[in-house]
Amino acid sequence: MKPTNVSSKDLVAVAKGGVLDRRSFILSGLAFSSSLAVSNVAASDSVGASKINQSIPTWMKTPGGSDTEYGAPSKYENHIKRNVAEHTPETSIFSIWHTPIENQRGIITPNGLHFSVNHNGIPDIDPQKHKLMIHGLVDKPLTFDMESLLRYPMVSAINFLECAGNTAPNAVSVTPLDQTCQGLFGQVSGAEWSGVPLKYILQEAGLKPTAKWVIVEGADGGSHSRSIPVSKLLDDAIIALYQNGERLRPSQGYPMRLFVPGWEGNANVKWLHRLEVTDKPAFTKDESGLYSDILDDGKIQRFSFHMDVKSVITHPSGKQVLPEKKGFYEISGLAWSGYGKIKQVEVSADGGRTWALAQLEQPVLSKSLTRFHIPWQWKGDSAMLLSRATDELGRVQPTRGQWREKYASYSFNHYNAIQAWYISSDGVVENSYV
Amino acid sequence: MSSHRLYRCFVKNTLSSLLLVVALSQAATYADAADFSTDLGETLSASELSDYEITIFPNGKNLPEGKGSVIQGEKLYKGRCMMCHGEEGDEGPAARLKGSDGWISFSDPLRILRINKYPVLLISVGSLWPYATSIFDYTRRAMPHYAPKSLNDDEVYALTAYILYLNDLLEKDVVLDEKRILNIQMPGKNRSISAWPEFK
Ligand code: HEC
Repeated sequence: MKPTNVSSKDLVAVAKGGVLDRRSFILSGLAFSSSLAVSNVAASDSVGASKINQSIPTWMKTPGGSDTEYGAPSKYENHIKRNVAEHTPETSIFSIWHTPIENQRGIITPNGLHFSVNHNGIPDIDPQKHKLMIHGLVDKPLTFDMESLLRYPMVSAINFLECAGNTAPNAVSVTPLDQTCQGLFGQVSGAEWSGVPLKYILQEAGLKPTAKWVIVEGADGGSHSRSIPVSKLLDDAIIALYQNGERLRPSQGYPMRLFVPGWEGNANVKWLHRLEVTDKPAFTKDESGLYSDILDDGKIQRFSFHMDVKSVITHPSGKQVLPEKKGFYEISGLAWSGYGKIKQVEVSADGGRTWALAQLEQPVLSKSLTRFHIPWQWKGDSAMLLSRATDELGRVQPTRGQWREKYASYSFNHYNAIQAWYISSDGVVENSYV
Repeated sequence: MSSHRLYRCFVKNTLSSLLLVVALSQAATYADAADFSTDLGETLSASELSDYEITIFPNGKNLPEGKGSVIQGEKLYKGRCMMCHGEEGDEGPAARLKGSDGWISFSDPLRILRINKYPVLLISVGSLWPYATSIFDYTRRAMPHYAPKSLNDDEVYALTAYILYLNDLLEKDVVLDEKRILNIQMPGKNRSISAWPEFK
């Protein structure tokens, strides 16, 4: 039924928001029976009773907008973004994107915010044409297309991923640089990675007894490659196809990447397309220079795959300002170890003189970000916040001095020293060394 | 893939692991079950592989035949590399191609300023890389950065020769080829140790 004989001129508004005068209907000659909804509005108006206060927010008085096919964060969260390291601008083919780790809660980094390092840009790979090859010291050289790989038994695990160069400024800078947590620690993220255990592929091809290493290569422009020990690939490595429940993003290696839990990011070869099984490493570009450690005695340490036990307080952290001079704050942060589970995290507010055990938030998983919390009543004086993690193997974070003693003054990889945030009496948080 | 093969695979993987799970009750999980083997991979033929087998090993495996001189390399370097790596191979956004690693060099007092802008200039191909074969491998697969895999093998030998020359590891009148490259003793080799316990 439609009110054919009502024109807008006939309907008299008596209040903002489209509230109508009840006599409008008589003037227009519209029968009450023509619309139940309209008659109800008129009826409630007729008793002159109060209604919900109209000063409530607009969004509580209007129907909302529609959803979208692929959701996006709120426009009010638009400032939570990755940013690109200054010395590798986004215009360069080699760029480093940092995750805003101080804005994260929990242990999962959203896919669009996961850190990424692209040495040769992001290739646009057609999954229909992409193949994975395995050859070398195997009984049967094989090739797999996407369709067949997707049929293999898959496993999932929540793991951290960290670039060997995360926190490099604190490793090499003589004075602490005033940077955010994103700037200093933004090359670590956490996600659930799902895919095919590599052992199925290696077993299917059949490893020869002399097989010790696999040269793992990507299909990007620079054919990124790394030598990975067979023992790791037979242990917990996967061909990752999904990240946090959806297929990998291009910047994380679509359509597939190697995922070696707990090992430096660079070894987790993206855009995976070739596995060459060998008896020795190939000494590829990144194991020749950029991803090695220079020790204090000048020796060049190669194949230091593990990311060691590490932690950082994310709330509060670098360049933030505590909103209130004093009072209650919850200190919160992240801890992780490439060797296993986090056993404990200690927090100090006095620069390491006294320590207290933080609470570990569940789940506490192997080779995963682990969230810790501790309540803090700030008295308004300057303070020095520290966190120190220990993993289940008893590995403890060193002090910066202890870390520095092992390495040459310019060695910047695998930095895992205790992080210090200085809080001034104005509540300004600043990167610091203790 | 033929439907026959699909079916065979399904039966083999699913039935055997189902039986195993039933037999062991909760003792083993499906993914741990050793009693299935997958067979979805297709045979990789030598001709399919040959275009992609580009990794050069320190013992010379996969090195193509070819040759190039330091002089040719210098010319190529000026045209295709210098804009990013600098006139002397010690500038720009990447690791230094020549010279020592570290903050300071008495022969290069401005190094520290360049490091301020590009911290990876702290490290150097000439002082850290243990094998000349890796310079050949990386240049051929990835450089120049804007046009990877655009150089032919002789050009890559010439550029490798030039980088070695910049590091006083070759005389200026030398021609590098697949044999000579294996004789280069890189200073980074004797400094090398391995953190991976299975490889020393
Ligand atoms: C458009 C800029 C650009 C040009 C041109 C260029 N390079 Fe590079 N080069 C880079 C960048 C950036 C890197 C570092 C890449 C990385 O670390 O992933 C690099 C790295 C290298 C390295 C390895 C250094 C290291 O240890 O990281 C070598 C060797 C090299 N280039 C040689 C060459 C040669 C030879 C040419 C000329 C044929 C060339 N490059 C042209 C930008 C360039």
